[in-house]
Amino acid sequence: MSTLTISDLSATVAGKQILNGIDLTVSSGEVHAIMGPNGAGKSTLSAVLMGKPGYEVTGGSVDLDGTDVLALPAWRRAAAGLHLIMQYPTEVPGVSLDAVLGEALTARGRSTDNLHELLVDEAARIGFEERFVHRPLNVDLSGGEKKRNETLQLAVLQPKFAILDELDSGLDIDALRDCSRRVEEMSNDADQPLGVIAITHYSRLLEELRPDRVHILVKGRIVESGGPELADVLERDGYTAFAPDADVAESTDAAAGPRAQPASLDDLFSM
Amino acid sequence: MSVAAPSLDLSRLDLIELPTTDQEIWRYSRIADLDLARFTPDHHDVDIRGGDAYVADDGVVSLFDDAPDVFAEISAARGSAVHLVIPAGTVVPEPIVVTHSIPGGGALTTPRLLIDAGDDSEVTVIEIFRSASGGAALTLPVLHARIGPAARVKYLTVNELNDEAWSIGHQRAESDRDSTLLLSTVSLGGDYARVRTEARSIGRGASTKQVALYFADGEQMHDFRVIQEHVAPHTTSDLLFKGAVQDHSASVYTGLIAIGEEARGTAAYQTNRTLTLSDGAWAESVPNLDIRTNDVKCAHASAVGPIDEDQRFYLESRGVQPEIAERLVVLGFFDEVISQLPSAELAADLRARVSAKLKIGDAS
Repeated sequence: MSTLTISDLSATVAGKQILNGIDLTVSSGEVHAIMGPNGAGKSTLSAVLMGKPGYEVTGGSVDLDGTDVLALPAWRRAAAGLHLIMQYPTEVPGVSLDAVLGEALTARGRSTDNLHELLVDEAARIGFEERFVHRPLNVDLSGGEKKRNETLQLAVLQPKFAILDELDSGLDIDALRDCSRRVEEMSNDADQPLGVIAITHYSRLLEELRPDRVHILVKGRIVESGGPELADVLERDGYTAFAPDADVAESTDAAAGPRAQPASLDDLFSM
Repeated sequence: MSVAAPSLDLSRLDLIELPTTDQEIWRYSRIADLDLARFTPDHHDVDIRGGDAYVADDGVVSLFDDAPDVFAEISAARGSAVHLVIPAGTVVPEPIVVTHSIPGGGALTTPRLLIDAGDDSEVTVIEIFRSASGGAALTLPVLHARIGPAARVKYLTVNELNDEAWSIGHQRAESDRDSTLLLSTVSLGGDYARVRTEARSIGRGASTKQVALYFADGEQMHDFRVIQEHVAPHTTSDLLFKGAVQDHSASVYTGLIAIGEEARGTAAYQTNRTLTLSDGAWAESVPNLDIRTNDVKCAHASAVGPIDEDQRFYLESRGVQPEIAERLVVLGFFDEVISQLPSAELAADLRARVSAKLKIGDAS
């Protein structure tokens, strides 16, 4: 059983305060959804947790089973058990998925003997074409393929905690279902249940990936926490109920709550 | 311009007038550091594999008359060349490998290779330059390639010279109707290694691709001047030069796409990217266009900069150590060129050489 504890975390980007004291504790097997309008600091939170260059932590702490996460470089955070699924996975020309996972496992002191079988098995499980496994990372992949690729990496690396930064953006309903189901399975794993921080703008991700807790992030602060029913409230009322108008209106896209999302195939399917 | 000007007395190299960096084509070069008087014309060993049936012992020294600079003139004046003649309709199944062993000790050498590919012929030629001994060396390689109608020619030159050698080369290719030509270059060696390339599409439907990988370290300089010249209509050319500079090394790429008045329906592209791996390294990239007709598709792109931070972070966020992540990114950067080289066998070897040359993680 592992615990990730985020305490009073504050951070700036290019001198601008984005995170204003985040408190969040996640244990193995729990799924926490962090929902918020654009500009609330959702992506900044995921970047700061993973140690992306360009973000400055100005206060607070992040603790993983007694390890001071913020003191570690990104690759050691990953080795310690944190994994980030990026909103826009980076294309890395000439570097194949299997090469990267081989290095990633080696850095963790894990065997790569069964890597190929593991990749083939996981690829089949989430509908990722096997041929992509040997191709350069994310190059020329569709949005859905990129997220399947990210999910496959998560499944192979088996971290303690996964941060999903808008897993639901840029992919079709089938890919969303395949990816979120796989994450849900991992969170229910009997031996090594994955703890999940699912950062999302829309509640549709949570149809397959069922949250234990839902937190609403506005202006870099968690303003409301509750059970899964909180997502339903958001779906019905939008973010304005949880934030002063000024807060939500600050970002140009901020008014786009769950109601304002563009009509998509999912909407038709969910009818 | 004649091939051997009367003033070119090879016994008096000190009297030969050299170009200066005032000329655009020599701008940024190290030409001012060259003292021809330090060198003596000499011979070098040439090994040819797989090409015995195609070497013509006919005394032909040039396929094209004009020499673009004094170095090509010196080469022509020495009067010897390897002349490969691929008869019309002939498909040469295995690559012809020409290896030049370049002596040091103040030797001036003039490796000269002529490829005459007949109609509808097919051949791959790999030319390798190695140092045979230490000490100052000046080598002036020249390539002439005549690509006949519908011929398919792949050419690769590999510079593995030591870090005392200077190489000032010239390549000229003329592509006839419906031919395809790959001109590829790998430059890892030399103190100063320069190639000037002119690839001319003279027949309708000719297609030329040029790729290069260069990687300089220490005090090396790699210097490329490339002209993609379109004379005939409906011709295509595509160029991809990718390099890296490390330590205090330098690289120069200047490229010109020249599309003549008759070359309508032409497509021409050039891309040059150089990674600067050290603060003390320097790279210049200057793409140019000269287009004299309408109805063409043209694009050029150039970039000089450090390793992509997002790519590095992506790998690190998977738990890959920083130096390994950088190594993967740099090798991946070169892979786009390596994967297009005409020899898979050589490609694996090149990946290893590039990897061995990378100092990422060694010093910092």
